Amino acid sequence: MTTHAAAPGLGTYADVVRDNAALRQFLHGLPGVDQVGAEGRAAALATRSIKKDAKIWALETAIRMVDLTTLEGADTHGKVRNLAAKARRPDPADPGCPAVAAVCVYPDLVSTAVEALAGSGVGVAAVATAFPSGRASRSVKLADVAEAVAAGATEIDMVIDRGAFLSGRYLDVYDEIAAVRQVTGRAHLKVILETGELATLDNTRRASWLALLAGGDFIKTSTGKVSPAATPPVALVMLEAVRDYADATGEPRGVKLAGGIRTSKEAVRYLVLVNEVAGERWLTPELFRFGASSLLNDLLMQRAKERTGVYTGPDYVTVD
Amino acid sequence: MWEYAPAPEARETARLRSSYGMFIDGEFSESSAESLKTVNPATEEVLAEVAVAAPADVDRAVAAARTAYERTWGPMPGAERAKYLFRIARLVQERSRELAVLESLDNGKPIRESRDVDVPLAAAHFFYHAGWADKLAYAVPGRPDPTPLGVAGQVIPWNFPLLMAAWKLAPALAAGNTCVLKPAETTPLTALVLAEICQQADLPPGVVNVLPGAGETGAAVVGHPGVDKVAFTGSTEVGRQIQRTLAGTGRRLTLELGGKAANVVLEDAPMDQAVEGIVNGIFFNQGHVCCAGSRLLVQESVYDDLLGRLKRRLATLRLGDPLDKNTDIGAINSAGQLARIRELSASGDAEGAQRWSPPCPLPDRGFWFPPTLFTGVSQAHRIAREEIFGPVLSVLTFRTPAEAVEKANNTPYGLSAGVWTEKGSRVLWLAQRLRAGVVWANTFNRFDPAAPFGGYKESGFGREGGRHGLEAYLDA
Amino acid sequence: MRKTYKLYVGGAFVRSESGRSYPVRTPDGAFLANAARASRKDVRDAVRAARAAFRAWSAATAYNRGQVLYRVAELMEGRRAQLVAEVAAAEGVPAERAEASVDAAVDRWVWYAGWPDKIAQVFGASNAVAGPYVTFSVPEPAGVVGVLAPRASALLGLVSVVAPVLAAGNACVVVAAPDRPLPGVTLAEVLATADLPGGVVNLLTGHTAELAPWLASHQDVNGLDLTGADVEQRTALEVTAADTVKRIPRVRPGEPDWTADPGTTRLTAFLETKTIWHPAGV
Repeated sequence: MTTHAAAPGLGTYADVVRDNAALRQFLHGLPGVDQVGAEGRAAALATRSIKKDAKIWALETAIRMVDLTTLEGADTHGKVRNLAAKARRPDPADPGCPAVAAVCVYPDLVSTAVEALAGSGVGVAAVATAFPSGRASRSVKLADVAEAVAAGATEIDMVIDRGAFLSGRYLDVYDEIAAVRQVTGRAHLKVILETGELATLDNTRRASWLALLAGGDFIKTSTGKVSPAATPPVALVMLEAVRDYADATGEPRGVKLAGGIRTSKEAVRYLVLVNEVAGERWLTPELFRFGASSLLNDLLMQRAKERTGVYTGPDYVTVD
Repeated sequence: MWEYAPAPEARETARLRSSYGMFIDGEFSESSAESLKTVNPATEEVLAEVAVAAPADVDRAVAAARTAYERTWGPMPGAERAKYLFRIARLVQERSRELAVLESLDNGKPIRESRDVDVPLAAAHFFYHAGWADKLAYAVPGRPDPTPLGVAGQVIPWNFPLLMAAWKLAPALAAGNTCVLKPAETTPLTALVLAEICQQADLPPGVVNVLPGAGETGAAVVGHPGVDKVAFTGSTEVGRQIQRTLAGTGRRLTLELGGKAANVVLEDAPMDQAVEGIVNGIFFNQGHVCCAGSRLLVQESVYDDLLGRLKRRLATLRLGDPLDKNTDIGAINSAGQLARIRELSASGDAEGAQRWSPPCPLPDRGFWFPPTLFTGVSQAHRIAREEIFGPVLSVLTFRTPAEAVEKANNTPYGLSAGVWTEKGSRVLWLAQRLRAGVVWANTFNRFDPAAPFGGYKESGFGREGGRHGLEAYLDA
Repeated sequence: MRKTYKLYVGGAFVRSESGRSYPVRTPDGAFLANAARASRKDVRDAVRAARAAFRAWSAATAYNRGQVLYRVAELMEGRRAQLVAEVAAAEGVPAERAEASVDAAVDRWVWYAGWPDKIAQVFGASNAVAGPYVTFSVPEPAGVVGVLAPRASALLGLVSVVAPVLAAGNACVVVAAPDRPLPGVTLAEVLATADLPGGVVNLLTGHTAELAPWLASHQDVNGLDLTGADVEQRTALEVTAADTVKRIPRVRPGEPDWTADPGTTRLTAFLETKTIWHPAGV
C-alpha cells in the first residue's frame, strides 16, 4: 500500500518515509536524549511549588483533561454507564465542577458510552487495534478500529507494533498507523507508544516522531498494562517532540499520559512540565490528556480542599 | 495564562538576629573595633550588624587555634575527631531549612538552590570527611603516617558562603588541623551559624574560629605568622596577592581562583540536555560560579538550531524573590558585583557583540541583572576573556573538534570545561585535551565531596574534595 | 681534544644567542672548559621549544615515555666513564665517589622510567559520587616547568630533579648548576640521542641568578623548581612567579641528600588532577 496519502501535512518530511532506510536514517538522526540529563530536568521542574489560584486553576484544568478510563476484562454496560455519569458531573455536590474530556473504554462498550454521554460534550475514546498487546493481524486491527468508529467513538487510542519498532521495521509501524488513520475518519487518533516496552528515551523520541509523521493527533505514553507507564522523563521527551514538531510544521499535536498517575500532586507536576517544556499553548484538553481513573477523585478532593479550606475524605467523592 | 502564585519560604525560618559576633575560642564575642552591615541584595535592606575582626582579634583566634591544635584537636585520635564531624553533618541537616533561608537572604541566591544544592552538599562534605579522620594512613600513597599541618587560615568567597566554609573546614579538621575561617564581607551569616553548630556539637574551643570582615581581615589571616597553611577561594587577583604574601615563608598554600570555562557543544550533542547544561552552566547561582560555563562554543552546523532552543529556554527562566520556591534566578550579590557585570557587558556592546535577553522585568529595589547572552563574540573580546561572574553568556562558534579544543584552552584560566556529544570516544578525546581541572561531559556544574575540584594554570593549584583535597591539609 | 659545551634548546646544541661564554673551573680552580652563558633570550627560546614539545610528549603513551626514559638510562651507562670523569672534575671528588654518584644517577633514572604508566593508578581515583555519574580523576602534567638544578650535585642532583618532571609528562627548561654545568651538558647529549623528542628538555648553562627571574616571570611557564635558586633570590622569584600563579614546590634550605630514597614528592610536584564526569544512562 502507499504510505504517502495517509500523512496529511507531512510536507517537508514526505521524503523520509519513502523507504525503511530513509525513515531509519531520519529517526536515528534526531538528537539523542541523555537519560540522566532528562531525568534531572524533569526532577527540577517537579520542585515547582504551585499554590493558591495557580493550584485551583491547575486542578480544574486537570479535571477537564481526564480521559476517565475503565479497561478491565470485567467491564460491563453498567460499569460504563456509571463512569459516564461521573464523567458528566464529576462532583455531584458542585455543578461548577467541569466535566472530563472523555470516557475511555474497550470497543465493544463504545455504544453504551455514546448513549450515556449523548449531548454532554464528553468524548468517547476506544482502545482499538488489539489493545493492549497489538498482536493481531492488520485486518483484525483495522476492523477493530472501524467497528469502534461505527459505534460512535470520537477518539481512537491505538497501540503501535512495539515488536516491529524494536526490530527496526519502522516503516511497518508507520504504515500501520497511517492505515488506522485512514479508517478513523473524523475521530481523533491517539497513538500509544508503550514507552515502558521501548525502554530508552531515545526510542521514545523516535517513536514519538514516527507517530507524528504518520498522522497521530496525539502521542500517548502507555496502555496502563505495562510498567513503567507514564513517567516525568518520558513525558518530557514526548512534550519536546510535539513542541519540535510544531516548530517544524506549524501543527500542534497532543500528548496523553496514561498509567499510574493517581494523585493531584503528580498531575500538577505534569502540567508544569507541559507549561515549561511544550509551552502554555498545550495547557488545554485539545492538546493534553491524562488517561486515568482514580486520579479524578483525588483531583476532586484537592479541589474541594482548595475551595473550602477543609481536608476531605474518600466518602465525600463518588466511587463508581 | 497560568501564573504561578508566589510560593515564598517563610523568612522567619532563618531566625535572623539583629547582630552577630565573631567566633573565637568557642565563644561569640563583639568586635574590638568596628562592625559591618550585611544587606539582603534582593531588597537592599540591612539584615544584621556583624562584628569585624581586627588584627588583635586575628591574633586571638590564631592563638586559640594553636592552643587547640596542640592540646585537644591535634592529639585527639582520628576516630574521635570523626565523631565531631559526623555530628556537625547531622546538625547541618537538622538545621537545613534555616540555613537555606538564611543563605538566600544574605546571598540573594534562589531558595531552590540553597535548599537543594548548597546546604545538602555542605552536610555531605562534613559527612564524607568525617570518615577520613581515622583513615589518614590511606590518604597519601606511600606515606602511611601523615601529620596535620597545624593552624589553617582560610578565606572564602560570597558565592557559596556555607558550602565554601564546609569545603574548607571539613578536610582541615578531618586531617587534624585547626581553623581560622574568614567568610566574605557580604555573606558572613551562615558561616556564623555554622560556628554555632560547632558549639552545639561540643567541638573543643579554638578548633574552629570564624572571623567576619573585609579584605583587611582576610589579609591579616593569610599573612599571620602563626598560620601554617592558607587556603583561599576567590578571585585570581587576590590569589596572586596571597601567593606573593606567602612567598619565601614556606607556608602551604592552595588557591581556587577564577575561570572562564568553555562549554563545548558538538553537532551530535543531546541538544535538549545540552540546552539545560548551558543554562545550568551559566545561570546557576546567577553565574556567580568560578567554574561557570561562561563561554559557549557551538559547532557551526548546529548553531542556529541550538541558539533557537537556548533563547526559548531562557524565556522560561523566572527571575525574582530569592525566597520564592519557583525562582530560578535571584539577585546579584552586591552593588559592586552588579557594576562589574554591567561594565563588562557594556564592553561587549562596545566591541561589537550582540546582546540578547528574554523579556524579563527586574524588581525596583535590589541588585538585579537579566539572563543575558552575547552572540557574535570572538576570542579577542573582553567578554570572552575576562571572568564576568554574572549571568552573562558569550557565544562563540567552531568548525572542528580540534578548533574547539584550541579555543577552549586559549585562556590563562583552566578551572573547568564542558563537552556535549553523544559519541563516547569523542567525549574522551576532548576530555583528554581540555586543560582544565574539571571536565563535565554531557553534564555541568556537578559537585561532590568525593570528587576532587580545582584548577589548572591561573585558576589556582591544589584540589578540594576527595583524597586529593585531603592531601592539601597533611604533611606527608 | 677539548670539547665545546653548548646550550641544548629544542633538540639542538646551540651557542647562546648573546654569544657569551664563561669559564668553568674545578673546585680547586683549574680551568675545565668554556660554557655557554645563556641570556634571557635563550630562556625565551627554550620555553618556546618546551611548549612546542609538551604537546606531543604529554600525549605520548605512558608506556612510550617509560621506554624513552629507560633508553636514557641505558645511554647514560654507556657514557659512564665520561660522566664519572666529568663529575669527579666538577665536584672535586675522588673517582670512587664519582662512580657511586653516576651509578646512583643511572639507577634513579631507571626508577623514574618505571613510573609513567603507574602514575594514573597510584595518584588517580575513581570517585564514588552521590548520583548517576561515572566520575574519575586522572593526573596530568602541569605543562612547562622551569627547573633550577641543584648547585652541588652536578649529575645525580640534576637527574633527581629532571627525571621526575619528565616521568610526569612535563617539558622543562633546566638551568644547570652554574659552577658545575659540564656533566649536565653531557647528559643533554645523552638525551639528544635517546629518542627523547627535541624540546622536552632544554638545558641552559650560565648564571642561575640572571636566568631565574626570566623563568619566574615567563607567562608560559607553569611551574618552577627552585632547588638551585640563590637563597637570597628565592622570595623574589616566588613573588614574581605569583603573577602567573605558578606551581612552586616547597624547598628546604640547603642541598638535599640526593642519595636518599626520593619518594614521590618530586614526581607529583608538577601534576594536575583532572576530574571527569559523565552520566551513566541508557
